[in-house]
Amino acid sequence: MADPLALIRRLGAATVDRIWRLGFASRFLLAIFVHSGAAFRRLPLTLREIYFSGVLSLLIILVSGLFVGLVLGLQGYETLQRYGSTEALGILVALSLVRELGPVVAGLLFASRAGSSITAEIGLMKTTEQLKAMDMMAVNPIARVVAPRFWGGVISMPLLAAMFSAMGVFGGWLIGVVLIGVDDGAFWSQMQSSVDFRYDVLNGIIKSVVFGFAVSLIAVFEGYDSVPTAEGVSRAITRTVVTSAMTILALDFVLTSFMFRGN
Amino acid sequence: MEPVRLSSDHLVDVSDLHFNYDGRPVLQGINMKIRRGSVVAIMGGSGCGKTTLLRCIGGQLRPSSGGVSVDGLSIAAASQSALYALRRRMGMLFQFGALFTDLSVFENVAFPLREHTDLSDELIRDLVLMKLESVGLRGARDLMPGALSGGMARRVALARAIALDPMLIMYDEPFTGLDPIALGVIGELIRRLNDALGATSIMVTHDVQESLQIVDYIYFLNGGRVVAEGTPDQIRASDDPFVHQFVHAKSDGPVHFDYPAAPAAEDFRLGAAHG
Amino acid sequence: MNRTVLDLWVGLFVAMGLAAILFLALKVGNLSSAHLSDTYVLQAKFDNIGGLKVRGPVKSAGVLVGRIADIRFDPASYEAVVTLNVDGRYRFPKDTFASIYTAGLLGEQYIGLDVGGDEKMLQAGETIAKTQSAVVLEKLISQFLFNKASEGQGSK
Repeated sequence: MADPLALIRRLGAATVDRIWRLGFASRFLLAIFVHSGAAFRRLPLTLREIYFSGVLSLLIILVSGLFVGLVLGLQGYETLQRYGSTEALGILVALSLVRELGPVVAGLLFASRAGSSITAEIGLMKTTEQLKAMDMMAVNPIARVVAPRFWGGVISMPLLAAMFSAMGVFGGWLIGVVLIGVDDGAFWSQMQSSVDFRYDVLNGIIKSVVFGFAVSLIAVFEGYDSVPTAEGVSRAITRTVVTSAMTILALDFVLTSFMFRGN
Repeated sequence: MEPVRLSSDHLVDVSDLHFNYDGRPVLQGINMKIRRGSVVAIMGGSGCGKTTLLRCIGGQLRPSSGGVSVDGLSIAAASQSALYALRRRMGMLFQFGALFTDLSVFENVAFPLREHTDLSDELIRDLVLMKLESVGLRGARDLMPGALSGGMARRVALARAIALDPMLIMYDEPFTGLDPIALGVIGELIRRLNDALGATSIMVTHDVQESLQIVDYIYFLNGGRVVAEGTPDQIRASDDPFVHQFVHAKSDGPVHFDYPAAPAAEDFRLGAAHG
Repeated sequence: MNRTVLDLWVGLFVAMGLAAILFLALKVGNLSSAHLSDTYVLQAKFDNIGGLKVRGPVKSAGVLVGRIADIRFDPASYEAVVTLNVDGRYRFPKDTFASIYTAGLLGEQYIGLDVGGDEKMLQAGETIAKTQSAVVLEKLISQFLFNKASEGQGSK
């Protein structure tokens, strides 16, 4: 049955569904803000979530940052060599990391490492009626479970991104200066004269904060909104990773076009 | 402190309760009065709306019409904070315990105490051990929920439900999936704790034989309505066909084995011209 | 997980994160060296600024003394007006020469201040009178070719 209207209707239904979910997510974010009191009054709750989303992501972030820096060092040297300006290697490595790769790659890693486990945890608590039980004990699950995880992620993400960038610069230095023999002084001084704190470093940090908000919200929302079955939770985890990745890349484009106008 | 209410004989009062789910009627005019201090069972087949009824009493679901009042407070009209204040005096045992999997047995029982009181750590420790002792699991305090059997998990959940000495304890299918020994233990605990705490208990179950031994009053639900009620003795003696079918576990009777469907002849297109 | 162990890890984590931010700010970025906290403004007009960029460096004797704050076109004189943020520690004489140089053959362009001998110093907001525009490569090449051509004609 080839009904052209059916296709359009499906498209319409999908659109309405997306918009409805977006509205629901914004209301959810509002609820998190309203119920954030406990997350800050009872600091151990949030500290625990910083441990789970931040400390446990340390290894993957540091190792990935180092390798990204090593690759940038090699490729950058290869290219700059042709123009005889290998001293600019520091600039190339630092600017790519601080402006783009640090926040974006750290965000993607954070989404797949911490975001997915937040979704899984909340989804599982929903499946096993733990959230309902909490609600019946007159404890608001958004205040007790969701808000600390959300803020834990928001706090962890910029710190992880900064560590990623720092590690990457170290990797670039390792390849460029230690292995290939670019002049150490030129490497750092060229970097310092070209990387502006406000324009480059601070904008990179702002990016990572925005990504932290986005990924944390997506992770807690997908967990809270998951269908309470094993299949539903696994689909929610997949959605967290996919939606986070797309959101990070889209937000990165928007932020970059606002921040770096290239004048 | 709670304001002094005219305390009536009945702790829970359900009057003409209707509940629709997605336009489908689940509860159709339930009336129930539950006396203070009693243990009441709500029975019926799967999908008859008994868990929905429990959720309405706990305030997790808002009825479509009619009302539920607990200790004089109308649940449907209560604000979130009033509802939460009431729930501090309610305990609920979920079907599979719903223990917090990231907390130990001890911390699970301590959870409501830590959330709702400012008691010192030592006092909380004493209280938790007392509650665990009352379900016979004082020695299991350091285990994680994953290491517990189904019956033990439910006993821990029971200790958690009574941590704040509630006036009303609700049980959602407390006997499901338990071996006969664990089943007897839980049944005895429900009765004993109710009397020791001076609480009122409502349990939703389809386990007839166990319930008849421990409860004071039974409601039978079918199709969203109360079809029979009475004390255990009245129920045993009842010649109501529904009660008879249920108590004696007959597959044939007023409750049909088949899910409602269109007439078979129509569904299989018998007699309809094919092609 | 033990509370104290957890607190220790989280503390370590936050300290490492802050150290990384500090590293990015001081070692990678220019917060330490070229922190122009106390600056004053000078202006300079050029016929042609070439590829000069906002935030580009202002150097004197090769030392970074300021940054370019703003570049705009003056519709009255058809010149480019460049605003410089100069480090407050440094003062320059009235007859200072502002030129646009290129770092290396293909490097970025910057403004070089060549100091004159005047007794009076430039005050904040004043305009540098003597400027030298950017060298535009195409012009240079065409000039070179033109000269070669006229040379060839002359020798005939």
